[in-house]
Amino acid sequence: MTELATYNFAYLDEQTKRMIRRAILKAIAIPGYQVPFASREMPMPYGWGTGGVQLTAAIIGPQDVLKVIDQGADDTTNAVSIRAFFQKVANVAVTTRTDEATIIQTRHRIPEAKLGPNQVLVYQVPIPEPLRYLEPRETETRKMHALEEYGLMHVKLYEDIARNGRIATTYAYPVKVAGRYVMDPSPTPKFDNPKMHLSDALQLFGAGREKRIYAVPPYTEVVSLDFEDHPFEVQRFDKPCALCGAEQVYLDEVILDDKGGRMFVCSDTDFCEDRRAHGHVGPMLAPNGLAADGLPDSKEAAE
Amino acid sequence: MYVAVKGGEAAIANAHRLLADRRRGDRSLPAVGIDQIVAQLALAVDRVMAEASLYDRTLAALAVRQARGDMIEAIFLLRAYRTTLPRFGYSQPLDTVAMKIERRISATYKDLPGGQLLGPTFDYTHRLLDPSLLTDEQVDEPMQRPAEEGRVMRVSEILNQEGLIEGDGVMPVDHEIGDLTREPLEFPMTRDLRLQALARGDEGFLLALGYSTQRGYGRTHPFTGEIRIGEVEVEFEVPELGFAVSLGRIQVTECQMVNQFKGSAKVPPQFTRGYGLVFGQSERKAMAMSLVDRALRAEELGEDITAPAQDEEFVISHSDNVQATGFVEHLKLPHYVDFQAELDLVRRMRREFEAARDSGMDPMTEAAE
Repeated sequence: MTELATYNFAYLDEQTKRMIRRAILKAIAIPGYQVPFASREMPMPYGWGTGGVQLTAAIIGPQDVLKVIDQGADDTTNAVSIRAFFQKVANVAVTTRTDEATIIQTRHRIPEAKLGPNQVLVYQVPIPEPLRYLEPRETETRKMHALEEYGLMHVKLYEDIARNGRIATTYAYPVKVAGRYVMDPSPTPKFDNPKMHLSDALQLFGAGREKRIYAVPPYTEVVSLDFEDHPFEVQRFDKPCALCGAEQVYLDEVILDDKGGRMFVCSDTDFCEDRRAHGHVGPMLAPNGLAADGLPDSKEAAE
Repeated sequence: MYVAVKGGEAAIANAHRLLADRRRGDRSLPAVGIDQIVAQLALAVDRVMAEASLYDRTLAALAVRQARGDMIEAIFLLRAYRTTLPRFGYSQPLDTVAMKIERRISATYKDLPGGQLLGPTFDYTHRLLDPSLLTDEQVDEPMQRPAEEGRVMRVSEILNQEGLIEGDGVMPVDHEIGDLTREPLEFPMTRDLRLQALARGDEGFLLALGYSTQRGYGRTHPFTGEIRIGEVEVEFEVPELGFAVSLGRIQVTECQMVNQFKGSAKVPPQFTRGYGLVFGQSERKAMAMSLVDRALRAEELGEDITAPAQDEEFVISHSDNVQATGFVEHLKLPHYVDFQAELDLVRRMRREFEAARDSGMDPMTEAAE
C-alpha cells in the first residue's frame, strides 16, 4: 500500500505559499487588478472557497486567530467546514468574534463591525471578472481592463435604468478601485460596498477555479459605479433585527410558518450575539414580545 | 420561537458517519478489496488515473472505493492528493514506437508493418448480458503469442515517407515544456499545454465535442490512422548524471487521427493530424481527444472557426470536470444573503408596477422614465 503523505502547516507546501504571496504582493501593488496565479487543487471543491482557502493558507501563521463566515454567519455548514480544515491542518486558534480575529475569511458578506488595521479580510470569489457576463472571453476582458475600456459596464447599468427605472444589480455590484480598475467585490450584497471604501483592513480576494487573486490595500478608494442622476444606493430594511433590534444592518428573512409569518434577523450572527450580550433586545425577544408579522410594509424602503 | 440555526458541526459529522455507513453497505457481505478493484474494474481505475493525471493504480482504486464508484468524485480525490506531491522535473518524451503493444489497429490500411492486433477489446462483442458473470465461473486462460522485440512503426511515419502527412513538428529550441498545474492558463495556448488540458479533460465532454465535429460542427474529415495500447518506458534525465534513466513502465493509449487537409497559401495539400494520449486503456477518450485536438488547430491551419469544438477558450475552460462539478454543485451552498437582495428588488419593482397599473399608466413606460 502506498504511504500517503503528511501535510505541511496550513496544507500547502512552502513553495506554493511563496508563489501565492508573490501574487498577493502584486495584487496589493496594483489595487483591483486580477493577478493570475497557479491555483492548486484543494481538498474541497472548486466553487466552495478554494481561492479564499489558498489565500488564508498562504498568509496564516501559528499566532493568527481565524474567523470564517458564510452569509455572515459562523455556523453555516461551509464556514464550519473551512474553519475545521484550518484547525486540522494549521492548528490555529479560531474564533467567531469579529474583533478577536486577525484573519476573517468570508463568503457573501462583510462583517457589520468596522474592521481594524491589524485585520485581513479574505473573500471567496466565484467569478472574479466584473465584465464576464458582458463579454465571456478572457482574452477580450483582459484587453478591456488594460485599455480602461469600461463603457460596456456603464451601458449595462444604463440599460438597467431604462428597463427597470433603477440599477437592478443587487449583489456583486461593480466598484472602481483607486480610480483605475473596475472590480467585482464578490457576490456580497451591495449593502456592503461602502464598507470596502477606505477600510483600515487589508482586503484580499481569491478565485481558485478561475486562478485569480486581487486586493484592495487599506485606505484605498472603492467607489460603486453609478450615474449623477441615479446615485448608488444600498438596501434598507424597514424593521430592526427581531432579536437584537439593530438598525442599518443587513437582515436575513426567516420564514416562521406556512401562513406567511416571517421575521428579519441580523445576517452577521456575531454582531447580533454581541448586541444581545450587551442588553439590546429586538421585538421578538422583548418581554411582552410583539408577534413576528408579515412583509415589511409597503413604504418605499430605499427612499 | 426561531433560534438561529446552530449545530452545523454536529450535522456535518453525522452526515459523514452516515456516508461511511452507506459506503460499506450490508455488513454481512465482504468489503470490496482494493486489489479486486484494480484487477476487475481496471477501466474505471484507468479513467480515474487519466483525469486525475496521476499514474497509481492502487491510489486510484482507493479513490474509486472511497467515492462509492462516483468517477468524478474519485478523480477529485486523486487530484487533491496529486497536487501535494513534490515536482522533481519532467520526463523525456515517451517513445511510443518502442511500446510493448497489446492492441494496435489502423483503419487506414488493411495490413501494415507490425500488423493489426485486436487485444482485449469490447469491439465485436455482442452486447448481450452474460449470465455466467452472475457467478464466479471459470475463465479460460488467454491465447498469447511470444512477445516480439522491436519497434512498430507509426502510421504517420508510413505516410510521411511520401511526404503526404505533416511531420511530428518541433518546438523551438528554447521552449520549456508547459505545465498547467504550475502556471495559470493563458489564451491562446501552446499545443503542449492544450494537449495537457485535453489529456485530463472530462471523457464525456470531449466525446460530445468530438462527436459534434463528425456531425458537421467543425468537420475535420478524420480517419483513425492508428490506435495503440501498451506499456512504454518513462525516462527521466537526472541533471547530476547527464543522461536519462528509466523510472519504470506505464500503460498508455495513443491515438493518431489522420485528417484530410486541402492545403492553404502556406502549406501544400497533405494530411494533418490530431493526437490523443491517455493513461491506461482508454480508447474512447484517446479518440475523442485526437478529434478535439485537430479541431482546435483550426487557427494554426488557417481554417474558419465556426464551431464550439474549434474554440480553444470555450473548450479548455470547460473541459475539466473537477472544476465543473465544483462550480455547478456550489449552487447548493447557501445563497440567502444575495437572494434576500433579489427578493427586496423584485418586491419593490412589483409594488411600482402595481401602483402604475392602478393609476392607469402603462407600467413599462413609467419605468423607463
